[in-house]
Amino acid sequence: MSIVATRDASLVEGWGGPKQTRKQRRLRRFVLPIYSALVILYLLTPIFIIVLYGFNQTSPKKVAFRWGGFTLRWYRKAFVLSGLTAAFKNSLMIAAISTIIATILGTLVALALFRYRYRGKGATEGILFANIAAPEIVLGASLLSLFVLFGVPRGIRTIIIAHVMFNIAYVAVTVRARMAGFDRAIEEAAQDLGANPLQTFIRVTLPLIFPGILAGALLAFALSIDDFIITNFVSGAVETFPIWVYGAV
Amino acid sequence: MGETDVRLDQVTKRFGDVLAVDDLTLQIDQGEFFSLLGPSGCGKTTTLRMIGGFEDPTAGVIHLGGKDVTNLPPYRRNVNTVFQSYALFPHLDVFENVAFGLRRHHVDRQEIKRRVGESLTLVDMPGLERRKPGQLSGGQQQRVALARALVNEPKLLLLDEPLGALDLKLRKQMQLELKRIQKDVGITFLYVTHDQEEAMTMSNRLAVMRHGKIEQIATPEEVYEHPATEFVAGFLGASNLLEGEVKSRHAGVADVVVEGGSTVTVPDASLNGSESRVKIGVRPEKIRLEEDEGEPPSGWNSVRGVLQIATFVGVSHQYTVDGPAGTTLTVYAQNLGSGANVAPGDRVRLLWRPEHTFVVRPSEPLAEWEEEQ
Ligand SMILES: Nc1ncnc2c1ncn2[C@@H]1O[C@H](COP(=O)(O)OP(=O)(O)OP(=O)(O)O)[C@@H](O)[C@H]1O
Ligand SMILES: [Mg+2]
Repeated sequence: MSIVATRDASLVEGWGGPKQTRKQRRLRRFVLPIYSALVILYLLTPIFIIVLYGFNQTSPKKVAFRWGGFTLRWYRKAFVLSGLTAAFKNSLMIAAISTIIATILGTLVALALFRYRYRGKGATEGILFANIAAPEIVLGASLLSLFVLFGVPRGIRTIIIAHVMFNIAYVAVTVRARMAGFDRAIEEAAQDLGANPLQTFIRVTLPLIFPGILAGALLAFALSIDDFIITNFVSGAVETFPIWVYGAV
Repeated sequence: MGETDVRLDQVTKRFGDVLAVDDLTLQIDQGEFFSLLGPSGCGKTTTLRMIGGFEDPTAGVIHLGGKDVTNLPPYRRNVNTVFQSYALFPHLDVFENVAFGLRRHHVDRQEIKRRVGESLTLVDMPGLERRKPGQLSGGQQQRVALARALVNEPKLLLLDEPLGALDLKLRKQMQLELKRIQKDVGITFLYVTHDQEEAMTMSNRLAVMRHGKIEQIATPEEVYEHPATEFVAGFLGASNLLEGEVKSRHAGVADVVVEGGSTVTVPDASLNGSESRVKIGVRPEKIRLEEDEGEPPSGWNSVRGVLQIATFVGVSHQYTVDGPAGTTLTVYAQNLGSGANVAPGDRVRLLWRPEHTFVVRPSEPLAEWEEEQ
């Protein structure tokens, strides 16, 4: 009876998990936030530095890794270098197109892997994994020899093909992770309530896996904008942003 | 009532080399509360899924309301399902979950509002329309799942162990509510469970299944009082079975000599076959236990034994008796204040009325995986 009467916050808290000593609690209160802050700092520093350099007062002739004072002039001259602007436009276009294609195809792969048991399912999963795990140098070299073999002229098209190729795997894996724990009975319930397969997909499946699709698409976009090695193999004379930057340094 | 709502004709379903449902024929009447009862893996869910349209029968025909629906997809059948996992749409709130079916059928806005409200009231869940399924308790999710199905006013509602995930107390409460709701709306319920008590208390009729086949279809009383097979007798409650030989048949009764020598009388009607070796049974609570002194009273069936264990469980006494030919018999005696004056080791006799005797078809023994009930 007295338990009910004296039930205050500390008592209730004490019952929740394993007993904590006062020392452990203090550690928790201080060490965890400090540790978290250090990790976040570590992750953000490179990004912070590059943003900082955007305001760095240096001579335009050479890349200087030293602070020369604050300026906004680089922002005024952002589009002065036509090669850079063209390369940047190429990159954006390639990223947009390859992301759309890879997101659609990758999502379909994920849906198929989730929904059906079929011959070659294990092989499909293996290929996805191999695609992610294989060194880019291998993917780039083999793609190039393939394009040469079939006489495909290198250019924007081959870059898009290459980016779609490696992005499908990333999208499929991301969407698939979202679907883990997804109850198949939910789709059946939609059909049971009168939704045809298309309505079921649009009203139920898509909203549920959309966060996965979005994450996959963002990842694909970032990987595409960023890619240097594979792109370098298959780009022919076309310059993308990373290739231009590499050439400029 | 009386009109046939569901008809399965020789329906079979194979998954590879697993025979999940084996040549099943079944009729359910309009407005009935019908249960499929059976041990794990006997094909209950598969049967339900074929009626719902989620599995195609390997052979056979399914009729709903007189129409052959065997090849129709789920969204073209006037049937709704309450899934065991509830399968609520996690991204939609309670209102939209319940309205989902109405929206697919282009019911107008006002009508949707009214009907969703009504069905949420029916399942006693008003006021939570804007909650997401993740913010509801198991019992509340269960009610929403029910409302979501009922709001469409289907001809038939399929329920696959809908109370399986609830704790015992809530389960009992929901059993009563389901029964009330079924009466209120008058929709035919096809209810799957492996809980025999649940099936007995709720159903108008039930089918006991095993290995993809139906062992018996009848009212709960009939199934309990006159189980057709040894399996049914054992699956629904405790029973005492004795092997015997039919000696003579006359005037509506038959005399059967059971192993150990006593002759018992059974209703002739329960001997459907003409075979002479039979298994007879009697429920433990139908038996009177007394000291084996003098002649047994006439008009009663009687077998002899030795009392092994006597247990007192408050409302009743339970006796375990070594019966004839190595059998073990169980007796439940209601605690009327005057227990039988017997002790373990005493010679006793077991008496019961001939009309309480049933005759069963022998079944193969239960496999281990079937025993969990
Ligand atoms: N999709 C499937 N693929 C292969 N075999 C299946 C499939 N679905 C069911 N089975 C098999 O069919 C048999 C009947 O299964 P079902 O799910 O109908 O049993 P149940 O009576 O509902 O059992 P429980 O009480 O455990 O739910 C089982 O042997 C099961 O393993
Ligand atoms: Mg089942």
